[in-house]
Parts: sequence; structure tokens; C-alpha cells
Amino acid sequence: MKKILALVLACVMALSMFACGGNTDVENTGDATNNNNEVVENAGTLKIGGIGPTTGGAAIYGTAVKNAIELAVNEVNANGGINGMTVEFMWEDDEHNAEKSVNAYSTLMDKGMQVLIGTVTSAPCIAVVKEAELDNVFMITPSGSAVASIDAPNAFRVCFSDPDQGIGSANYIKNTDLAQKVAVIYNVSDPYSNGIYEKFAAQAAEVGLEIVAAEAFTNDSATDFSVQIQKVKESGADLLFLPIYYEAAALILDQANSAGLDLPVFGCDGLDGVIGQLGDKADLAEGVMLLTPFAADATDDKTVAFTTAYVAAYGETPNQFAADAYDAVYIVKTAIEAAGITSADISASDLCDAIVEQMTAIEVDGVTGKMTWSADGEPTKEPKAMVIKNGAYAAM
Amino acid sequence: MRKCEVTGVKKLTLSATAKDRYTTYGLVVLIAVAVQLFVSYGNASNSFKGLLVPTCVYVLAALSLNLVVGVSGELSLGQAGFMCIGAYVGATFSVITAESIASDAVRFTIAILLGGIVAGVFGFLIGIPVLRLRGDYLAIVTLAFGEIIKSVCGNLYLSADKNGLFVALDVKAKSAHAFDAATKVDYVNGALGINGIPRTSNIRVNEWAFVICMAVILIAVIVMLNFIDSKQGRAVMAARDNRIAAEAMGVNVTRSKMTAFVMSAFFAGVAGVLYAHNYNVLDTSNFDYNQSILILVFVVLGGMTKMRSVMISTIILYVLPEALRGLNKWRMLIYAIVLIAMMLINNSVAIKKLVEKIQAKFAKGAENKEGGAA
Repeated sequence: MKKILALVLACVMALSMFACGGNTDVENTGDATNNNNEVVENAGTLKIGGIGPTTGGAAIYGTAVKNAIELAVNEVNANGGINGMTVEFMWEDDEHNAEKSVNAYSTLMDKGMQVLIGTVTSAPCIAVVKEAELDNVFMITPSGSAVASIDAPNAFRVCFSDPDQGIGSANYIKNTDLAQKVAVIYNVSDPYSNGIYEKFAAQAAEVGLEIVAAEAFTNDSATDFSVQIQKVKESGADLLFLPIYYEAAALILDQANSAGLDLPVFGCDGLDGVIGQLGDKADLAEGVMLLTPFAADATDDKTVAFTTAYVAAYGETPNQFAADAYDAVYIVKTAIEAAGITSADISASDLCDAIVEQMTAIEVDGVTGKMTWSADGEPTKEPKAMVIKNGAYAAM
Repeated sequence: MRKCEVTGVKKLTLSATAKDRYTTYGLVVLIAVAVQLFVSYGNASNSFKGLLVPTCVYVLAALSLNLVVGVSGELSLGQAGFMCIGAYVGATFSVITAESIASDAVRFTIAILLGGIVAGVFGFLIGIPVLRLRGDYLAIVTLAFGEIIKSVCGNLYLSADKNGLFVALDVKAKSAHAFDAATKVDYVNGALGINGIPRTSNIRVNEWAFVICMAVILIAVIVMLNFIDSKQGRAVMAARDNRIAAEAMGVNVTRSKMTAFVMSAFFAGVAGVLYAHNYNVLDTSNFDYNQSILILVFVVLGGMTKMRSVMISTIILYVLPEALRGLNKWRMLIYAIVLIAMMLINNSVAIKKLVEKIQAKFAKGAENKEGGAA
């Protein structure tokens, strides 16, 4: 009997949540219509969608992107919208899964999405880009860095592509004479890491860097790096290149320290966040160099304004994903303004054609630097090399 | 069984099992027709259309797992591994022959058969040692197998140039190989997986995709239910219920279990092929251990007995998280609660009694009415 009671209670609870959820939804749409009424004499509401993981292992990236888009959209709306159009932002979770990502995309299309900012992670992006190409919806990914992530004429990106990072890293190490013999530890099961490593190796051979050790690990073995560290130690390298994300990098730094390996470390934008991940061992990150377009501690006005606003709204320092997403909103704004679109009463496909036409012409000065785009969707911007000094990023 | 059917026909009535079978076939056809009509003439949303093919994939995977878990009573945790094999074989075939085989239908059919057969062969190889053993060895081996497959596929490089195909399990070997740059094509690219799969089965491109998938499911159900009603199938179930008694009656337990296991692997492979052809990109990240568990959950909550109840539970459990999207952050919580509630309801004696009571009341009411009419 007790069991039944408990079950009934659980069901009632579930139902009440259902009701609550429904209510908030209604309220939201209420707000949107209110906004709509205020600007109705202007130009209507432009619907921008976002897709990324806000649950699951990659949730930190999706959450950062979602927050930053929200922040930028609020700013844009507070300053009169885009050509008078109010921006409405809709977000769907994809759990860093290509299958769920396509489902999320369909849901957004049902809700009348006109521009897509996303998806956040590479592999889901590759699946969604083909759907967006079929529907001819303009899409700009803040952080999907695999080459195939924007394999469509209507897809663009804010971050560097994986090969660019690999080539850029090899060139930088060679040109600044950081090292002659490089050891690499990379994640063979991760397209991001693999993509960078592949191009890094090719470019290293070209410019005359010697890769003395290339040790792989997988997502399933990303906790113990003693074997890889030992091999790096024996290889006689004078630099350790880590084209991986910061969680694993923090473990490697810690374990390398215990194993007595003391090499300078060089990484890409995935290393952003390593200081926070190390926690009270943050001094291990001292001297780590990374190639990234964004540093939260930079002192230019744009970055300071963005960082302060982000910290005030969400209580944490924005990472590079947030910065890319923040820029993405302003890129969309710039392109729509350049195209001279003044009414949101336009189909996603027509809007897409108009934006794509402008994308190769505009230049956007964002928190990740000055950017221009080529027709294949790749951004051109200066990578900045940062070094961690006294627990903060400093330009090199 | 054949005998039984013949007598059934003579009397112009169907035996109970046959009736049950035709109910299941009818259900599949009904769903296919109803949904297709809705898609063709109704106002189906994008997300509804987008869910059709994945739902079919999971239904097929769950049905195939039910052959092992429900019918032969063994625990298998490697269904995602078989799906992975099917997906990779089918997708690779489609990518390679994208130009040489002009007809989408022919290419797709061959891909389905090829994916299923290769998965079935792997099922056979695993079954040889494991199905001879008693105990939970199948669970252990299939679990490891799934991980191995995922790892191998995730490190597989397959390229071609005018000199022929090149296969490597290591990016170093690939970069060391001298390709003819002008004619080089990458088919499978390690962790990046396979790109540019022809989207012949996608509902957005092919409006009949759902019917095609349901046709595959119908064939699978016909084969499976006929197997269950066959001599082999009853031997499997006898061995499940009491292995010693079955062996004493002269049943070759290994052989009959093997038939069920290979059939299960074949259809899981087919599900993988369908899955791969619904997306433009394929990598191994979705064929992990969690996927196998998810399919097992579909089967267990479907009651592990009738094929159609497994089918219904899969549809509900796969569509639910998507249907709950409107609830934003609550949806995963509610999904979890529904899973727990289903588990409790499935096993609750009190609820079973309640259902029986209600059924008895209805039966009584009907009797009384009949009595009154007479």
C-alpha cells in the first residue's frame, strides 16, 4: 500500500512539474509578445536559435555559450535591437550528441528559428550543418572547430579550425625558437585533439621541428598518464605540446610534476580553463603557453566590459567558448545591418542568402580579435600566444 | 508448428500463437500507414519527422536484443557494438560506392544486407566460445566486445587513391604512406569518423523513409516470431527455462542459442546501417556502453516477453525525452522519474492484482449483460 502511495505521490510531483514547466513557458511567450508589442511599430522579433550541450560531460562548454549569447542578446535588445528588430533567443540542449543535436535543430525550426548560432561542439555540428544546408538557414558556430563542421556555403565559424591551430602552433614554436625536439600527448578518440595533432605533425616535418614522442590516450583512459609521461621523459624532448582539453591537461601537469618531468608546456585554445581546473595546485600551470584568441584578463576595453558583465551575470570568469559565442551574436548583428534588413518578417532562407552575401565583406572587431571571413566560412584573425604568469594570462 | 497451422486452416480459425503473431504484424503495418499518412497529408512538425527514423532504429535494436535477453535468457551488453559494426560497414560501403552504384535503392539494400551479415559473422565468432559456457559470461564478453569494436572503429583510417585502398589503424602509419594527392579520397578518418554518407534514408530527402524502415522492422518481426515458433525457437526457450531438462530431452542448447544470438547480431547490424544513413556524419561516440544499456532498458521495461510490448516501450521511452523538450531543465528529471515509475509498475504485485480485479469486473459485467440479454 505504501508503495502505491509513494508512486502516486511521485506521479503527482511529476505532473506538477509538468504544469510548472508549462506555466513558465507560457510566461515566456507572454514576455516575448509584450516585447513584440512595444516594438511592433518597428520591425518585429528576430528569432535566433542556439544548440549545445547543457547536460552531460561537455556541459561546461554549452553553458558558457548559452550564457554569453544570452548576455549579448540582452545587450543588443537594450540598445535598440538589430535595425529595430528585437532579438529573441531560443536554446536547445544536445548533450554533445550528433543524434540529439539534429533533434534539437528540428525543434528549433518548428519554433521558427531564423538564424542558428551553433552548435557548440564539433561532431554534432557536422551533422547539423547538413540539415541547415538543406533548409538554407544561416549558421555560425562559435566553437565547432573540425573542418567539416562548416562544410556548407551557409555555415561560418568564429573560432580557429583544428588544422589552423596545428599549423599555427608548429609555426609559432619554430619561429620563436621555443624548441627543437617536441613531445606530444594527445587524445586519439577526440576529433579536436586528433585534428590538431595531424596537422601539427605535418607542419612540424615541413618547418624542421622534430617530434620525438607522440603518445596517445583515449577518453576511456584519461585518468592515468604515467606511461605517456615516462615516455616523454625518456624521449629527450625540450617542449611538451598538449593539443587537448583542460581537464586532461590538468591531470597531466599534476602527474608530470609528481614524476619529476619539468618541461615547458605549449597548448591550444582547449587549455583555456586549466588554471581553474587545477584548483589549489594552480601554480603547476605557471609558464604554460597557449595559442588562443581570447584571454579574460586582457585589458582592452571590449574584453574588460565583456568580462565584467559576464561575471556580474553568471558569477564566473568567461572562457574562450563564451567569448566566441558573444562575438557570434555581434557578427550576426553586423551582417544583418550590412545587408540592410529592417523587418523580421523574412523567411530564414531569404535572410540566409542576404547574410551570406555580406559575410565575406564585413569586418568585426570582437573580444576575440578583428575578424574577416573567406567564402568557405573560415575566419581570419591573429592568434595570440599567452603565457600563464602569477595565475593569470599574459601576452607573450 | 506447420502441422498446427494446417489444422488451424482446416478449421478456418487461427491458433493462439498465430493470432498473436498477426496482431503484431498488424500493429507494425498500422503504425507505418498511420504515420505515413500524417507525414504526407497532415501537418507534421520538423521534430516529429526527424524522430521517425531514429525511433525505428531503436525499435529494431531493442527487438534484436529481446531475442537474446527475453527469448534465450542470456544477458548481452554489446548491442551497441553490433550496431557500430553495421553502421561502419554499411556507411563505408555507401560512401565508396556513392558514384559507382547509381541507384539509391540498390546501394541502400546492399548496404543493409552487408552491414547485417558482417555483424552476424562477428556474433557467430563471439558465440562459438561463449555460448558453450553457463553463467553470466556472455554479459562480460559482449561488454568487452562492444568496447573493442568502438576502439577499433575509432582508430580506423581508410583512404584510397589510384593505387587502391589503404587501411591503417594508426594515424602515424597513414601520414607515413605516400598518397597520390590528386586522386586521394578519405573514407574513414579515425576519431573523425565517416563524412558525406549518402542520405538515402533520411526522411527529409526521401519521404518514404519511414515506410522503408517499418518494412525492415516488419521483415525482422516476421523472421523473429517465426523463429520463436519454430523447433529451434522452442528449444531456446526450453533451455532458458531449464537447461538440464532441455539437454536431457536431446536439445542442442549451444546450437539453438547460437541461432538466436547470430540473428540478434544481424538485426542489430541492420539497425546500425539505418542509423548511419540518417545522419551525414558517423563516429563511434554514440556506440558506447551507455547505448547498450539504453537498449537493454527499452527491452527490460518492455517486459522481455512479447515483441510488440518491447516495440511500444521503445517508442515511448525514445520519444519521451524529445517530447519533454518544452520543460527545459526539468525534462531529464521527469524522464528519470518515468523510468523508475515504469520499473515499479512492471514489478508491482499490488498493481498486477488491481489490473486483474478490474479485468475480472469487466468480464463479470459483460457476463451479466449477456445474461440479461438472454
